[in-house]
Formats: sequence, structure tokens, C-alpha cells
Amino acid sequence: MTSTIPQATETSHAAGLASSAARSAKSRAGGPGGPRKRHRMAARENRAGYAFLAPWLIGFFALTIGPMAYSLYLSFTRYNIFSDPQWIGFDNYIRLFTQDSVYLQSVQVTAIYVFVGVPIKLMAALGIAMLLNYTTWATGFFRSSFYAPSLIGASVSVAIVWRAMFMTDGPVDSGLSFLGINIGGWVGNVALVLPMMILLAVWQFGAPMVIFLAGLKQVPRELYEAAEVDGAGPWRKFRSVTLPMLSPVIFFNLLLETINAFQVFASAFIISNGSGGPAGQTNFYTLYLYQRAFRDLQLGYASAMAWVLLVVVAIIAFILFRSQKKWVHYAGDDNR
Amino acid sequence: MTAVMREPLDTTSLRTATGPNLNIERGNHRLRRRIVRIIWGVVLVVLTAIILYPLVWLFVSTFKPSSEFGQNPGLIPNNPTIDNYIKVVDGIAGVPLWRFFANSIFIAVMAVIGTLFSSALAAYAFARIRFKFVGVFFAAMIGTLLLPFHVIIIPQYIIFQRLDLIDTYVPLLIGKFLATEAFFVFLIVQFIRGIPREMDEAARIDGAGHARTFVSIILPLIKPALITSAIFSFIWTWNDFLGPLLYVNSPEKYPLPVALRLYNDTTSTSDYGATVAVSFLALVPILLFFIVFQRFLVDGVATQGLKG
Repeated sequence: MTSTIPQATETSHAAGLASSAARSAKSRAGGPGGPRKRHRMAARENRAGYAFLAPWLIGFFALTIGPMAYSLYLSFTRYNIFSDPQWIGFDNYIRLFTQDSVYLQSVQVTAIYVFVGVPIKLMAALGIAMLLNYTTWATGFFRSSFYAPSLIGASVSVAIVWRAMFMTDGPVDSGLSFLGINIGGWVGNVALVLPMMILLAVWQFGAPMVIFLAGLKQVPRELYEAAEVDGAGPWRKFRSVTLPMLSPVIFFNLLLETINAFQVFASAFIISNGSGGPAGQTNFYTLYLYQRAFRDLQLGYASAMAWVLLVVVAIIAFILFRSQKKWVHYAGDDNR
Repeated sequence: MTAVMREPLDTTSLRTATGPNLNIERGNHRLRRRIVRIIWGVVLVVLTAIILYPLVWLFVSTFKPSSEFGQNPGLIPNNPTIDNYIKVVDGIAGVPLWRFFANSIFIAVMAVIGTLFSSALAAYAFARIRFKFVGVFFAAMIGTLLLPFHVIIIPQYIIFQRLDLIDTYVPLLIGKFLATEAFFVFLIVQFIRGIPREMDEAARIDGAGHARTFVSIILPLIKPALITSAIFSFIWTWNDFLGPLLYVNSPEKYPLPVALRLYNDTTSTSDYGATVAVSFLALVPILLFFIVFQRFLVDGVATQGLKG
């Protein structure tokens, strides 16, 4: 049954994002029949379109766009839910960057988590996908085993397990001691707790791996054969065939994993018991925002935090999309 | 220099003109390939063991008495016992364990129904109906895929608080019925686009409207995408922690993740056994789902490839 999933969509994970908007806009024009009939048909299409889209439209305006606008407004106010919002201009933003050292630390911790964790995770995903692509036996079993952590990694259960695994005299500590490395528990250690969180993220490499694997299956064999005829070694083949052919998938994974990494919450909350400790080392952006908004009821201040994050994510996405021209090769480019 | 580098390649291309020397070399080559394959196979097996170790450790640890935590980091319990399971059946904060399960199942099932209903409708509109502004809305939908939830969570909380809906499941579920999770809409859109247009155009010519076409042509054909969506929706809702943490206050309404936090909070290291047992039980439905539906899940990610 699954084989009916159209092959065509596989090539277009990333290209789909970019081009499908244009495609659906283009497909609107034109239709059979004379002008009046066409007009009537267009009206009918409009009615049907909005009827089908009604739930999404309500959700989009009431639960996404409306709240976004409201949160932008709140970010310029002081607001604690009990009294009316009080307009204070840019005060929240100024305070964030000049007076709130906890905030700045949370930015730093989150930045390390994202910009160290995501590349490691993607490299692991790509390396293991290539390994799996090369293997001929039990690939289905390996693929599923590697994918499983992605499915449960964000759950409270796994956070609890992770903490137990890395605590003093836990499995990781005693395993390392056995190898002669005595670094003690990771959970309470200021220097080790962030690496532990990054390991938890890397452990979930399965989702990008599966996407890489699908991408690798699309690379035409002839390209490798041609490279071999030209005398290319394994490294050269990787650099000149695999990487360029995979670049749309790399782009896609990079974009989504980066955005997702900013949003880590449950594991940090559980591992630090909601405190972000030790010494603020698990005080990820989302966790600090949660504390400010829902523990301290500083809803205006927390809204300002949210908008700073939105702008940062938008800038990162913008840079990634702009850089596409330099390094992302879409298969259909030549005949477009 | 280059001649030396090219040598192994030449042996393969000249294979037809075999002399005894070349034959031996070919044998060596094949042997080397086989050794490489075996090495990589061993690497994969070791990797699998490392990756699955935390889950195996969790399962085995549920049979350890609480006193063994922090003393016996190994896999095998010294004094295996099922006390942990017996203990946790009573639940916590005066609420029996089955109640948390029932709450979680209820929320997840409702979420699946809402997601399938609203996402399939929206996806059909995006993929098949040519109406005004469809391009704009589609771009907006893709935009929400990349939107950090932080910017909407505070106003949403205020809205639900004003509407007196705190401590109900409405805030957790209303978004599902309004297709706010763009992942599912996009997944189904991509799937519908893979269906030949002739299928529904034939129906249209026969006089079927969009409603008929959707129900009798498209819905049966997108079943795989719906199954994938249902499973992901179930698992993500089951795992969701922030939503119930914000909106559900009374313990008897808690779903499992928030209930787990109670164990984690109140019982420090002294009752690790109970915490671990509930952690494991909370994962069981997901792991079962995964084992049964892994093809749908992995293919869903592969064709679609959003968060996992």
C-alpha cells in the first residue's frame, strides 16, 4: 500500500517548498468555456475553495495571525493578565539586551545547542545514511532502529531516562570509569550538562537520516560510474557527486532541524526540574520564556523575547534561502 | 604518478583480456570489498546497540528495586522484582494510573480525528481547487511550518483564559480541528498532487461537484497519507508536554507526560523505580504503534521529511 506514495514527491521535498506556491498560482489561470461560463465557473470554484478551506482559514486567522499581531503589541507593554496592558515602548527590548544577564546566558546556551548540535546531528545522519545505502542486509531493521529515537526523543519519558543514564554512577558514568575516564555525573556538572543535551539531540538523528537515505536513492548510478571512469576516488566521488546531488535535501534538513532546535522544551524542563540549572546551562530560550511568561506572569516581557526569536529565525531562514543559489542544485534546473 | 593511481580502475575495464595475473588481482579486489562490507556491517550492529541501549536499559530497569538505582548501573537487576509495576497502578496524587492513560488516549484520539478532518479538507482545496488567493494562502501555510510557536503561545493562553477554557481540553484540541499543524496539510497536499488529475477531472465531467469528487475519488486514494498523518498526530499529541502543562491544572485531567512530571518532582531519587516504570509504560503505546506502522512512518518522513 505504501508503494502508492508517489515517487515524484520524493525528489521534491525541498523543491516542493520553494516551487509549489508558484505552481498553484500558475495553475489558477485559464479554463474551458466562453467568458460568461468561465465567470460562473470561477465563482463556483471560489465558493468551493473557501468552503473547503474554512477550518484552516479560521485557525489561521484566530489562532496564528491574530495571536501574532497581539503578541507584537504586547511586546511593547507591561502586562500581567490581571490589569490592562501598559504601553512602555521599546523598554522590554532594551531591558532584554542591557539588563537581563539570565536572558543573555539563555541566548548563549541556546545558540551553542543549535549551532553545535544541528551540524553534528546532520553529519551523523548523512554518514549513517551513506553507510546504510551501501549495506545490503537488514537495512529495514537498521533504518527503523535508528529512526525510533526521533519519534520519542522529545517525550518526558526519554528525558527521565536520559537523566538517569547520565547521573553520577549511572550507566554512562560507570561505563566511562571502566575505560579510565572519571568525569562523574553529567547532570549536575556545569560543563557537561549542555553536551549531554546535545547528545540527546544527536541521538535523534534518525529523521534527517531517513530523508538523506531517500535522497541518496535518487542519485543516478551513472554519475558514480562516470566519476569512476574519470578516476575519482571515494572522497572525490563524495565531494563532486554525492554532496551536490544531495544539496536540496541538505538544505531542507538544515532549515528544519535548525528551526526545531530552537524550540526544545520538554527535555530541558524535565532534566532541570523546570529551573534551567545547573547554573543556567539548560536554560534554553523556550524554557526561560516559559518561566517569564507563566511563572512570573511578565507576559509583555516574554512576548518581546518571542519576537526577538522570530526575527532571528526569520533572518536565519532568509540567509539559508538566499545562499541556496550558491550551493543547492535542483535536478530540474536545466530545463526550467 | 597518475598511471599508478589509475591502476585499479584499469583492471576492471580490462577484465575481458584476462591473464593469470589479472585474475588473482580481481580475486584480491573482491576479497577486499568483502572485508570492507563485513567491517561496515559490524559498525552498524555496534551502532544499533548503542542507539537502542537507553531503551533497553529503561525496560530492564523497571524490574530493579528503587534501592538499586545509583548502585547498579548495569543492565541486569540484582534482585529483579515487579514491585514497581504493582506500586504504580495506584497512581499518584489520588489519581489511579489508568486515568492518566485514559486521558492521554482521549486527547490523542480526538486530535487524530480533528487533524484528519481539517487537514484533508484544506489539502484538497490547496491541491485541486482554483480559487482566488489560493497561492497567497498556500505560501502562508508554508510560512506557518517555519513559525516558532513562541510567538503565538502567550496570546493563545490569554484568549483561552478569557474564554474560561483553562483546565479543559479545548485549548489542546481546537487547533487540531482547524488544521493549524501545517505539516499534515502539506503532507496530504503533496500526496494529492501525485494523483493523476484525469481521475478527478473525469468525475467532474460526469457532473460531480468538489464535495463528491473529494469524498468518492480523492479520499479513498489518499488513505496512505491519512494513515501516516493519523499515526504522527497520535504520537505527537501523546508526547506533548507544554500544552497540557499550560492548560490542564487538575491532576485527574492530566495526560501521561504531565503526570510523569509529578513522579519526577515529588519522588526524588528515593522512588526511581516507580518513575522509570511509568516512563516505560508511557512509551509502550508509541513503540507498539511504531513496530506495527514503521513503514508508513519512515516512508512518510522520507517523502515529506519534516520534523520527526
